[in-house]
Amino acid sequence: MQLVTFGDLIWMTSAAFLTFCIFSFLFRDNPFYRFAEHLTVGVSAGYWIAILYHTSLTDLWLEPLGASFKALGHPEGSIIAKIGVILLNLTPGLLGLLMFSRFFSKTSWISRWSIAFYLGISCGVELPLFLQSFVVRQVAANMIDPRAIFSVMGADLTVLFNYGNSTLLFWQGFGQLIILVGSMCGLAYFYFSAEHKGFMGGAAKIGIWILMLGFGATFGYTVMSRISLLIGRFNYLIGWVSAIGDYFRI
Amino acid sequence: MTQAFWHKIMDIDRRWIYLVIGIVTFVPMLRYIGMPVQITSEVKSVYDRIESLQPGTIVMVPMEFDPATAAELQPMSRAILRHCFSRNLKVLSTAFMIDGVVLIENDLKVIAAEYGKVYGKDYVYLGYKPYMEVVLLNMGENFRKPFPKDYYGNKLDDLPMMKGVNNYSNLACIVNVNGTSGADFWINYANGRYGAPLALGVTAVMATDYYAFLQSKQIFGLIGGLKGAAEYEKLIGRNKDIANRSMDAVSVAHVFIILFIIIGNIAFFATGREKRI
Amino acid sequence: MKREVPLAIVFICGTFMAFQYFVPHYISAAIYQNALNWTIIVGIFTLVVGIGSLVDLHYDRIRFRKDSWKYSIVTLVSLVLMTVIGLSSPNAIQNPRGLFMMIYFYVLSPVIATMFALLAFFIASAAFRAFRARNVLASLLLLSAMIVMLGRIPIGDMLTGWLPEGLRFSDIARYILDYPNTAAKRAIYIGVGLGVAATSLKIILGIERTWLGGGQ
Repeated sequence: MQLVTFGDLIWMTSAAFLTFCIFSFLFRDNPFYRFAEHLTVGVSAGYWIAILYHTSLTDLWLEPLGASFKALGHPEGSIIAKIGVILLNLTPGLLGLLMFSRFFSKTSWISRWSIAFYLGISCGVELPLFLQSFVVRQVAANMIDPRAIFSVMGADLTVLFNYGNSTLLFWQGFGQLIILVGSMCGLAYFYFSAEHKGFMGGAAKIGIWILMLGFGATFGYTVMSRISLLIGRFNYLIGWVSAIGDYFRI
Repeated sequence: MTQAFWHKIMDIDRRWIYLVIGIVTFVPMLRYIGMPVQITSEVKSVYDRIESLQPGTIVMVPMEFDPATAAELQPMSRAILRHCFSRNLKVLSTAFMIDGVVLIENDLKVIAAEYGKVYGKDYVYLGYKPYMEVVLLNMGENFRKPFPKDYYGNKLDDLPMMKGVNNYSNLACIVNVNGTSGADFWINYANGRYGAPLALGVTAVMATDYYAFLQSKQIFGLIGGLKGAAEYEKLIGRNKDIANRSMDAVSVAHVFIILFIIIGNIAFFATGREKRI
Repeated sequence: MKREVPLAIVFICGTFMAFQYFVPHYISAAIYQNALNWTIIVGIFTLVVGIGSLVDLHYDRIRFRKDSWKYSIVTLVSLVLMTVIGLSSPNAIQNPRGLFMMIYFYVLSPVIATMFALLAFFIASAAFRAFRARNVLASLLLLSAMIVMLGRIPIGDMLTGWLPEGLRFSDIARYILDYPNTAAKRAIYIGVGLGVAATSLKIILGIERTWLGGGQ
């Protein structure tokens, strides 16, 4: 059993106090909740600055830049190459610093260059990859041979009609049919360039039924997710009470 | 029961509902009953894949969760790490969610110590870099580009485990524990562009979204929420760990939520559908 | 100049990155890797700008004594303190017993976790007050939700364990997840993929310009 020190107990109690401050919002908005909320916003921002500095800024920019300036003092290598390396290391930092021009209305347009750089890179990277993973691969996986589905369903039905034990393959085959047809009908529902009438209307209707089943499943899982978060906090509070008991040997 | 009664039910102060749900969630946590947890095939796939790996193989277990999603994902990540370390697999980890960097580092250290694992030889923690979609792409070329050093400031080439390990092609698989939409980037970039075998451990909210990728074999396994964590704990023989112990409370709370839905709907119809929210 | 240069940057960077996917040449790969690294560095500063905006907002509130200005003092003081503690030494973020870690584990972490834990209460309240089977579609959604909820917890199998295989809550829940849910999410993801590709193309080609913001 881990020994709890008095210092640990104070920290744990402060965490429990803040937990209750947040829970107090369930009764109504109050100064304790507001205090905890604003404290967290400030602490979180300070935490972000520290983590960004230690994990990212130093080893990706400051250290390479420092090394490239130091290299100027070494006799090996051409000066042009060394200046090129310095510029290569300096440029992203300058682009980043340009972002701060947003705080001044007269020069805020300069930050567009940095945003343009980031946006261009992200969009260029996303274009082929999202098409590949979200469209091509998904459409390919949907290319299920209907003949294979019907033959499996038919074989199982034959067993059923002969009072045999179903291997449930009929329902698996039917499920594959749901995927094949359901995905297309779901897409038909979201296609607003054609009126949802006739064949299109029928497909859209099946689509919305399939979507409702999917959203229902999501809702069911969402409930589990939220309850799990509450259980996490209760686990902490139980641990806190145990720690008090351990410390005072209750 | 009269209409007046159902009107009263419809108008009940929501704080009473909060109190009920708080009590029904808390009480089962005081005594562990141990309701049986069924294993699903999507969780077993992840377990089987790790089980099949030879000792010394490198597995990447990137973790993207923060205190908000830790209740669901921490039990899952701990179970996966325990499984990897018990099989003497080497673990490479990152944390792309800034609020979880310290949390994940602590977990990795504590669980590695349980199995006597040595940093740099048995596991490496690369730490955090912002804009994970860009970092994922860069890691596909060479880990050293976005991570010249690890979280502790060691050069990657100085770490015995990282010798000859350049990118995803040197990994057996990736088991990403993710509480953000960043899971999409792992599918698109790590698996889509570089073909890395990928499994996901996600919050329950997100889990249903990834069945399509399971069916298309873009991911080889899926662990969803606290239930998924409980299944994994059961598979590795740790039935009394936190996810399993929490399933009793999850079960009771679910039953009450369903009762709320049913009672709410009965009240809605019994009041002649007059009350519309 | 103020709009043309950024649009040109977006076009050049976007086109290069899109085509680079198909070009395995080592020069292309080298430019690609460096471009990605530059993006991360620019991203770091963007996050700091976000924090700067936060400071601006709260300072403004204190200066003009706006609503809740006293709480803004708490925010700014805690921000400064945490920054100083975090930057005070190179090992500040690694020392498990250091002040930085203690504040993270016992101040930041519990509050964030509890804020999200409140959602459990809200979903219970919503389940009672808002989830109505008003029509066939809503009923279908609720039915699917309840089956999945019961199918994924041990109680569901305890209630229907006596039924033949395939008819228990866990089996039906698994069926819903594997088939209709997969179909629904597939349709959504295909739509998302096409949408992302279309939006990316519009941004690269300069058709979509809202990111430039207002003004000249």
